[in-house]
Order: sequence, then structure tokens, then C-alpha cells
Amino acid sequence: MTSDKPTMIEFQDVQKYYGDYHALRGISATIQAGEFFSLLGPSGCGKTTLLRTIAGFEGISSGVVLIDGKDVAAVPPNQRPTNMVFQSYAIFPHLTVAQNVGFGLRKDPRSAADKARAVDEALAMVGLSGYGGRAANALSGGQRQRVALARALILKPKVLLLDEPLSALDKKLRENMQVELIRLQRQVGITFILVTHDQEEALVMSDRIAVMFEGQIAQLDSPERLYRLPKTRAVANFIGTMNFLSANILSEAAGLVEVDVQGFGRLQLDAQKQVTGSPSANGATIGFRPETATLLFDGQQPSDRETMATVEEVVYYGDMTYYDVLLDGTSAPVRLSMRNVFGRPVLDIGTRTRVGWSPGALVLFR
Amino acid sequence: MKIPVLRIYTLGYLLFLYCPIVILPIFAFNDSTALAFPLQGFTTQWFHNVWNDAVLAKALKNSLLVAGATAVLSTIFGTLAARANTRYQFKAAAPLMGLIMLPMVLPEIIMAMALLVVLLSVGIPLSLFTIILGHVLVCTPFAVAILTSAFQSLDKSLEEAAYDLGEGPFSTFRLIILPLVMPGIISAMLICFTISLDEFIVANFLGSGEPLLSTFIYGQLRSPKNVPNIMALGTILVGVSVILLALAEFFRRRGLARTGVKDSGGFL
Repeated sequence: MTSDKPTMIEFQDVQKYYGDYHALRGISATIQAGEFFSLLGPSGCGKTTLLRTIAGFEGISSGVVLIDGKDVAAVPPNQRPTNMVFQSYAIFPHLTVAQNVGFGLRKDPRSAADKARAVDEALAMVGLSGYGGRAANALSGGQRQRVALARALILKPKVLLLDEPLSALDKKLRENMQVELIRLQRQVGITFILVTHDQEEALVMSDRIAVMFEGQIAQLDSPERLYRLPKTRAVANFIGTMNFLSANILSEAAGLVEVDVQGFGRLQLDAQKQVTGSPSANGATIGFRPETATLLFDGQQPSDRETMATVEEVVYYGDMTYYDVLLDGTSAPVRLSMRNVFGRPVLDIGTRTRVGWSPGALVLFR
Repeated sequence: MKIPVLRIYTLGYLLFLYCPIVILPIFAFNDSTALAFPLQGFTTQWFHNVWNDAVLAKALKNSLLVAGATAVLSTIFGTLAARANTRYQFKAAAPLMGLIMLPMVLPEIIMAMALLVVLLSVGIPLSLFTIILGHVLVCTPFAVAILTSAFQSLDKSLEEAAYDLGEGPFSTFRLIILPLVMPGIISAMLICFTISLDEFIVANFLGSGEPLLSTFIYGQLRSPKNVPNIMALGTILVGVSVILLALAEFFRRRGLARTGVKDSGGFL
């Protein structure tokens, strides 16, 4: 969707060792100008290290990092066109809010009055007008976050780096800040690179996401493609929940793959849209998301196919109920999520029920 | 009935610790040269004597000079060591820090003697300067201890943020690190000053005969008629020490409040 935009950051086979520890294992990727890009992965996957190589806080062992077409290997952090919002916010505690926000303007040749106006504008942009005179120490977590944003954005960097900026906030505030960050990014139009371990946060905010495991990018795609057609089972499991059923590939011809799926029987899948991964000796697996299959209540007709199952576990979430059901002909339960619309009962454990599903919602991992 | 053993122990401990110090001001104002009860009446005679003693004035001047120089030097060395220890990771860090901190536990008299032997064999004449050298050795570990905690409580990303916002290493140190550890620096200086002010062994071994407060007091104690004067002087010194330590603790706590970390205990 953003392929026509110029490249802002390019990694070419970036490797990073800490002693014997191989932190980044050949990262190659491009991030486009004006993109909201997320590095998503579990802790220790190298996402923060990769972000810090852009900022210049980490050197790399081999490979190339280009920012706006320029190799930055020899450029120290204070001369890179990037600014960072730190996980701890790193608000200078001995300065006022205005002094914090204006810190990067110290060498700016503009007059003091112009700088003060720039600080006011930056504060207004993050919704902190009138807070300039306050002690930075006296701010709440959410306010510190905003000060950190204003302090980075006032320098009009080409790239804004965000290192788990929302992880210290409580759930409500986090959701508000997600929306706010998207709005800010659209307003200033610069490249945002976000590091997060929260898949939901990455899905909500990003144009594109790089999912990282063990120092490598496992998949780089739009949120929707990541969710719909994950390349590996590991990616599928990290982004939301996916059910897996073992399958045998019977034949491949004319863009169709015929498979025999445990519990679902013989099916034909679209080789273009529904098959992912590279062929492996371990055999194939079928995956589907909890919301793509449905429990069929009394008299309800399936939209496509149906299979009998037994309810093994019920988890009630208020707006949703999660069911673990054992499909007939399978050995492990799969999870289904049902919206608790008005009049719909919550089934008990042990209930026999029909499950409606559609071949079109399945993904085949080779 | 249950005997409150721990309470009695605590009370006994505190009495033993502070009785002698409480005795000091009592006899400092007592109108008698004999240190004995009952008290003979109130006088400020001994304070007048102290005030008008020319040798004491000289000793005080020397002591302030030595303590001031010691405080400044020890704190500078302490800052460098603490910064190196907290900012950089290198193999020699642990053994080096151990060697720096060692004078804290070494018997002072051994250090003083060893220093004396070295100074004499090298041919450096004994003076206030040699006392300062000895005191810096004694005080630096304290400065390192205080400043290490000050540097450790500093979030490393504050430094990175300053780089990120365009500052170099020196301006970052000046604009961010120094102001944030300043309370620790002041606290370290005050503690070193206090330690140097009442240090006796090094002053006695490495001095050239020029009086310092501690050596002066020691000399005065030989003559019974001078003892009340010493009581008065001691009272003043205790007062000054308490004030300095309280100030040091005030600055240390303010430093913690600034950097926004929890108090993990200090000297007071």
C-alpha cells in the first residue's frame, strides 16, 4: 500500500554479536518514508537492538544501515536525523516541562522568543498547552510520555523511534495513546518506528509490521496479511490465536491444492490465497482463527460446512465467550470465539454441538 | 512477666554510645577544672579560653585547610572512580574498585606508618600537604561509596536522550549528569570534610609538628588544667559535625528525590 513512497530506512544483511551472542541474524528490510512501522516480537528477539542501531546507540557487527539513502555507520546519535522516545521516557527530572521540550533546540540559531513559540506549539500538539512551567518530576506517566513525544518531535526528525512507549501505561490510557499516536503520525507525516511486544498494539497502529523471532524477521507484512496469511505457525501463534489441524496434501493442480484434513475431510484450497510457508518434511497443517468458525445453535443453518463437536471448556468474557471444542475425528480441542449477542445462550461443558466452518477461511501451512 | 530483653539491650547500647558525648557539653559549662559531679555552677569561661587561644586558632586554620583540600580532592577522585565503575564495564573493574575501597577497612595506623616510610625514603618533607595526601587516601573510599550510589540511581537513558537530542559527551555531562549527581557530590564533600577534620592517626604520623585540631586536642589532654577547654572545644566540634552530616544527608536525599528512585539507605 505504501510501495510508491521513497525508502527512508534500509537494512542490508545487518548482523550484531554481543560476544558469542548473535543478537541480529541478517536483517534485510526497507522502511518507507511516512510509514508507521512496527517491530513486533517477544522479549529478547532483537527488536529493541534493531531500533537502537537506527538511533546509533548500538553499532553493528556487519551489514549496512541506510537512513534516507546515507550509510550511517560513522554517524553518532547526536548527528542522526532520528529522535527517540525511550521506554522510561528519560524526562530530565531537574528541568521544567518547557526546558525538557526545548532541550534539543539549544544549538538552534533561532531567537529565544521563536524557540519558546516552538516549544508552545510542540506542547499544544501533544495536548499539554500551559504545562510548560511545571516541574517535569510532578507529571503523571501519561504526561511524561507526551513530553517525551514533544521533545523528540520539536526537532522535526526524519524518523521517530518509539521504544515500547506504551508499556508502562495502564490499559485505558494505553488505548487512548494508541489513537493519539496514530493521529500525531498522520499530522506530522514522518516515519514512526515502534518497538512493541503487544501484537494488538502493533495491529492497531501500524501500516506494516515486522515480526521478529531470535534476531530474524519472520514476516514483514501489513497487519491484515499478517493476521490472515501468516507465513509460519510461530507467527500465527504470536499474532492472535490460531487453531491447527493436521492435514495431508493429496494433489496440486491448476491453482488448487487438494488436502485431507483431520476432522474436516477432503477439501480444495486456493494455492494463491490460502497456502503459505515453504514445503517441509514434517507434513502439512491447516490453521484457522477462532472467529472464522462458529457454533451453530438450535435450528441455525451453516453458511457452508458443518461438523459435530463436544464442548470441553467455556471461558466467559462478557462481550465474548471462548469455547474449546473437540471436533469429531480429532484428538486436540480447537478454540472458537462467539460474540454474546442478545438471546444467545452460553453452552455448558460436555454439550454436543454443531460447528459451522468454511474452507475459504482455512490456511494451509506446508 | 516477660522481660523486654531487646528493649533493654537497645537502651543500654544507646546510653553507652551517647553518654560520653552528652557529658561533653555538661562539663564544658561547669565552673570547675575537675571533671566530677556535683556540678559547680555555670560558666562560659572555657569557651572564652578556646576563643582566645592563638595556637588553637592556628590549629583550626590548618585543619580547615587540610579538610577543605581533602574534601575537594577526594570528591574529584571519587567522582571519576564512581563514574567509571557505573558507566563502563571492564574486566578490571571489580578488583580495581576493591583496591580503591580497601583503605576503608585497613587499619589506619598501618597505612599511616607505611606512608611515613615511603614519604621519608622518597625524600618528601612532612607538611600539611603530606597530611592531605594521607587524608585523601582515607576519605576517597567514602566519596566513591556515596557517588557510586548517586551514579547508579541515574537512568542511563537520560544520557542517551541527551545524545539523541544533539548534545555531545561533554555537554551531556555538564547539562544532565552533573546537575543530577550534584547532591551526591556535595554530600560526599561534606562527609570527607568531617572525616578529615577529626582524623588523628594520619595527622599525627604525617604532620611536621604544625598543629591540627586533633593533634592539638591530644596534646592539651596531658595537662589537667586544660581539660575543661577541651570539653568546650569538643562541644563545638560535635555541634559542627552533626550539622555537616545532617547537611550531607539532606543533599543525598534530595539527590534521590530528583532522580526519582527509592531510598535504599545511606549513612544516616
